[in-house]
Amino acid sequence: MEWAQRLQWVEGWGMAVGGAGYVFRPADAAGLAEALSEVRAAGMPLALRGAGCSYGDAALRAESAVLDCSGLDRVLRWDPEGGIVDVEPGVSLGALWRMTIADGWWPPVVTGTMAPTIGGALAMNVHGKNNWVRGTLGEHCLELDLVTPRGDALTLSPEREPELFRAVIGSFGQLGIITRARLQLKKVYSGLVEVRAVAAPDLATLLRLTDEAKDRWEYVVGWLDAFARGAALGRGLLHFARHLEPGEDPRPGASLSAAAQDLPSTLLGVVPKSQMWRLLAPFTNRPGMRAINLAKYLSGSTLGNRKTYRQSLAAFSFLLDYVPDWKKVYLPGGLIQHQSFVPIARAEEVFRNQLEVCLECGMPSFLAVLKRHRPDPFLMSHGVDGFSLALDFPVPPRRRAELWAMVRELAGPVVDAGGRFYPAKDAALPAALYRDTFRDGQLARLAELKARLDPDRTLRSGLADRLLDGS
Amino acid sequence: MPASQFKHAVVIGASSGIGEALARRLAADGARVALVARREDELQRITAEINAAYGLDRALAVAHDVRSLGDVPELVPEIARRLGGLDLAVYAAGVMPAVGLDEFDTAKDREMLDINLLGAVAWLNPVADRMARLGRGTIVGIGSVAGDRGRAPNPVYGASKAGLHAYLEGLRNRVARRGVTVVTIKPGFVDTAMTRGRKGLFWLIPAERAAEIILAKARRGAVEAYVPARWRLLMAVVRAIPSFIFTRLGI
Repeated sequence: MEWAQRLQWVEGWGMAVGGAGYVFRPADAAGLAEALSEVRAAGMPLALRGAGCSYGDAALRAESAVLDCSGLDRVLRWDPEGGIVDVEPGVSLGALWRMTIADGWWPPVVTGTMAPTIGGALAMNVHGKNNWVRGTLGEHCLELDLVTPRGDALTLSPEREPELFRAVIGSFGQLGIITRARLQLKKVYSGLVEVRAVAAPDLATLLRLTDEAKDRWEYVVGWLDAFARGAALGRGLLHFARHLEPGEDPRPGASLSAAAQDLPSTLLGVVPKSQMWRLLAPFTNRPGMRAINLAKYLSGSTLGNRKTYRQSLAAFSFLLDYVPDWKKVYLPGGLIQHQSFVPIARAEEVFRNQLEVCLECGMPSFLAVLKRHRPDPFLMSHGVDGFSLALDFPVPPRRRAELWAMVRELAGPVVDAGGRFYPAKDAALPAALYRDTFRDGQLARLAELKARLDPDRTLRSGLADRLLDGS
Repeated sequence: MPASQFKHAVVIGASSGIGEALARRLAADGARVALVARREDELQRITAEINAAYGLDRALAVAHDVRSLGDVPELVPEIARRLGGLDLAVYAAGVMPAVGLDEFDTAKDREMLDINLLGAVAWLNPVADRMARLGRGTIVGIGSVAGDRGRAPNPVYGASKAGLHAYLEGLRNRVARRGVTVVTIKPGFVDTAMTRGRKGLFWLIPAERAAEIILAKARRGAVEAYVPARWRLLMAVVRAIPSFIFTRLGI
């Protein structure tokens, strides 16, 4: 195919950053090898891409080649007794659980949408609502195959080349292409989870309840009303959930099927879900979102408070898929997210400051989510023993530069508090702040490994340029 | 939807006049700009001035004669790669040699068609193809009020600009549904080397002012804009004059 024919607009999940890319989408190993040799012959930088679920510029680079791995989507081996699966990188989390749930297995770590590919999810080392209990997805990876840009193949595992294994996972596609991953899934005895909803009137309570729940529940996630001020600053709702034990679900066979898990395709049986985002559009502004956040908090803190109920795993896990294309309400500017990870002792102070800064700037987050985390053994880890606060911001086309500046202002105290950032979510951080979160020579080690595996510096991305090479 | 601010622009015909003013304005507004022109010394001087004023790598010089049609298909992706993108392309190259009323010089006429019209087609075709594939981008063609009517003093200059207007309109109708904006600019008299020393000029504006208006129109995604706007009314009158009267007016 001619290079010009490959040209496509490639953007981040938030639609706020993008660029022209020459897209290769191989369907097998031969196609991958051919793509790599073509890219290398042209001397083009190459960005790796899975499902494009990173919010910012992690899976793209303007005017460069893009390797879309979503076509490498075969399941190579499935062991329903042991729950061990070998997949190509383009298999999505959704395709994975759909295949394994009938045998009673569920991915140990899932993101808020089931769209990410396993390759992308390992490259970003994603976490879920159970980060405190289960760690990151990389901690459930038993082995992986890596192809370097020069075409060399390596097999890595926690036992075999452990250092490289822990560097490849989480280094956002800068060392090689994951071509196979072996994952250990988690046994489940029902397709339902028990969910408990609890309201918290302020930030301190929200953090305390989250911390108290972390050892008693598999999943803990908090939602904050980022429009609330004063004494109510940081008020929100918590959702705790746990898998059902054997025997708790009288008919586990009924819920343990892909069909039973499927999210409804219409709202109230009437509005097609594919069109539902249009109904949200009129509320996607500051007064509308303030009202929605208030209504959500009030209903959750009265009617819904301390209720316990059962919900399907998919409905509980993949909230971001509930309304398809909901992110389109943020057009034309798109959205960005900022997620900071702050050690437990400093979390309240840092998050309080972040919420206040957003309100002062007149750009409060439209969706704010709190989670509990723990450190993990990966080189470029974003984990800390503490909390993370993920803030979604619409990008007002005329205030874009201001928003970027505000994100930098939010990030500064995170660095001072010994926190971390999560490349999958980032679109706006400068290298200076990102680099300062790594104090034990991690960046130098990454550079050494890069020089060994990718000496031509073929693998690049907008994010890697910005966070590693930028100023 | 047009961009609120251009980030990566190419200006063809950037070594003087409106093109030069546009390149300087774009750079001042924060864009990275590729300046394409035939005269390399002028190009280097302007590029160096822009980079001195707004920072290294803000402007890049591309020496090219728009009559070398065959070079363009490779230049477009190369410029986009060097800029890091391409969201605005302005075709501002144009010549208007003095032509005597009794002069019928085909070589001279052909040069105008080559530079004013064919060069635009050669550049804007691949730019439009690229932008349509990406579903975004703005194309600006600098036409002229002279393209609105065939006039005795320079039949082929008028023809080249009338041809450019029709080409831009056709291009717009081709790519509008694919997210690309095509803007036809019709300047009146602008104070540039092209008009210097000519008689009978009125409503003369500096090239810098023309550039400001043109970029404002481009940002808004205007279809066709007279520069300055008052020419729209005058040209509506001029276009309405029947040919048998226009012939006798001798304008």
